[in-house]
Amino acid sequence: MSISARFHIDHGRFTFGVDIAIPEKGITGVFGPSGCGKTTLLRAIAGLDHFPQGYIRIGGEVWQDTTTFVPTYKRMVGYIFQESNLFTHMTVKKNLKYGLSRVPKGRELSMDTIVDLLDISALMDQYPRNLSGGEQQRVAIARAILASPRLLLMDEPLASLDLDRKREIIPYIEALNHDLGMPIIYVSHDRDEITRLADHLLLMDHGKIISSGSIADVLTRVDLPLAKSADAESIIRAKVRDYDSKYQLSILESSVGQVVIPGEKLELGRDVRLRIPARDVSLTLVHQTDTSILNIFSATVDQVFGGDAPQVMVKVRAGDTAILARITRKSADNLKLKPGMKIFAQTKSVAVLT
Amino acid sequence: MIFTEADLVALFVTVKLAFISTLVLLLCGTPLAWWLSRSKWRFRFLIEAIVALPLVLPPTVLGFYLLLGLSPSGPIGSLSSSLGLGSLAFTFQGLVVGSVLYSMPFVVQPLQDGFRNVGISRLEAAAVLGASPIDRFFSVAVPVARPAFVTASVLGFAHTLGEFGVVLMIGGNIPGETQVVSIAIYDHVEMLHYSKAHLLSGLLLLLSFLTLTLVYRHRGFKVVAS
Repeated sequence: MSISARFHIDHGRFTFGVDIAIPEKGITGVFGPSGCGKTTLLRAIAGLDHFPQGYIRIGGEVWQDTTTFVPTYKRMVGYIFQESNLFTHMTVKKNLKYGLSRVPKGRELSMDTIVDLLDISALMDQYPRNLSGGEQQRVAIARAILASPRLLLMDEPLASLDLDRKREIIPYIEALNHDLGMPIIYVSHDRDEITRLADHLLLMDHGKIISSGSIADVLTRVDLPLAKSADAESIIRAKVRDYDSKYQLSILESSVGQVVIPGEKLELGRDVRLRIPARDVSLTLVHQTDTSILNIFSATVDQVFGGDAPQVMVKVRAGDTAILARITRKSADNLKLKPGMKIFAQTKSVAVLT
Repeated sequence: MIFTEADLVALFVTVKLAFISTLVLLLCGTPLAWWLSRSKWRFRFLIEAIVALPLVLPPTVLGFYLLLGLSPSGPIGSLSSSLGLGSLAFTFQGLVVGSVLYSMPFVVQPLQDGFRNVGISRLEAAAVLGASPIDRFFSVAVPVARPAFVTASVLGFAHTLGEFGVVLMIGGNIPGETQVVSIAIYDHVEMLHYSKAHLLSGLLLLLSFLTLTLVYRHRGFKVVAS
């Protein structure tokens, strides 16, 4: 059940042209600066706006083409707005039942399950005005899910919340995707949210898709803005294998080799997503043993990018996984880095994202 | 407290007229107000101006045109005749038609404001939850705009209670059929029956005051509740 969408809008000052294919599983992040057309894309997919030049297909069902336009209420999409848009004249429970009672027979989800998943059972008899911003947004998410959408669209759902409330909600969104397997398109201009949540990434600018692919690939494309920014980073996936209680280290197996993380004890067998900032990665020609650094990966130089700038971005590959290293141009010259060269990437820090 | 039987009948006709007119106004005014609150038609202001006309037009002018329209050769009259209802001039039904037009802005304008305040985002939220346009109207717009319905009904009712000029032109002052309180008061004053005029006027004053109190109390309550 992949999703294809094509839209073309030309309103003089604002032009918008996209042609996308979104995988059926996982979270697709849509990332780009404010005003680049992210919300326009979501609204067009939901059918909230009707752009005559458009095409959308979800699985075998066409929602829009030259002769068809399925109205929003028949599409079974979930939509989480920036504001919760709860019905103020209804209690939380009635808000949740609103979508649930309009679901075709046999497709209903259990209200208790979703209420537990989003941890809102204590709020059921409250009116929305008595809830905090984070609580309102959790109720809005639960309400959308209980309408059993085939696709969940989230438009900057955390933008109106402060950092603590964001941290409160992100795990619930992860759980949604993990537990229910519901495809999610997640729009944000916050890089941290996207790197935490997205499996697949659409990068937008000025009404166009400038890149799409797996999050790990798009983040490490040295020709794209993400890798050029000061907080360029790589994402790797890993599984928790062991815990060294003497030194309090979690030991993980990843696609680039063994990764060691100090501090918190991670649950054995858990799949995690790790972030490696490009500025914390250094490169050596030989495998150093007389170093304090624990995470060293054998890799091959793929690209050196940066021209005459004082610092260059080096993309290396360990297995099929790309890692970015930002080093000085002088070091790159000293090491005579060239594509295809065998080197070792060592990193001072690895952050666990999920 | 001595109301003559004629006074009581006039009172009954007045309340009945106000009640039926308000009902008709809610039925016709609600879709009109909904359309006005949502339409992007560039000439919408024309319709809004027509709805607002009775606010500034002398009721006798409205009554005069209604009299022409309701007469057997007029557009409404010929329609009602062809439906077998005869001419509506000097009938209670004719008064209902007149009152509906006369009180239209008092019902449509509060409703239009109320619907506008419902906001597009709440309706979009309902649409993505699977609610059809009609469903959204009844499950979201009407409950959210409920205070506007109260205001519209009370104002429509109260305004019809005080109607005079239109009734004078198209009613014919037939006791039990088209004689309303405001006309009865006029008759009493004409015949110098001041005490009778006092009684009816006082009653109308009290009734109007009470209904308006209801509106403002409701509004005040709304502010506290939200």
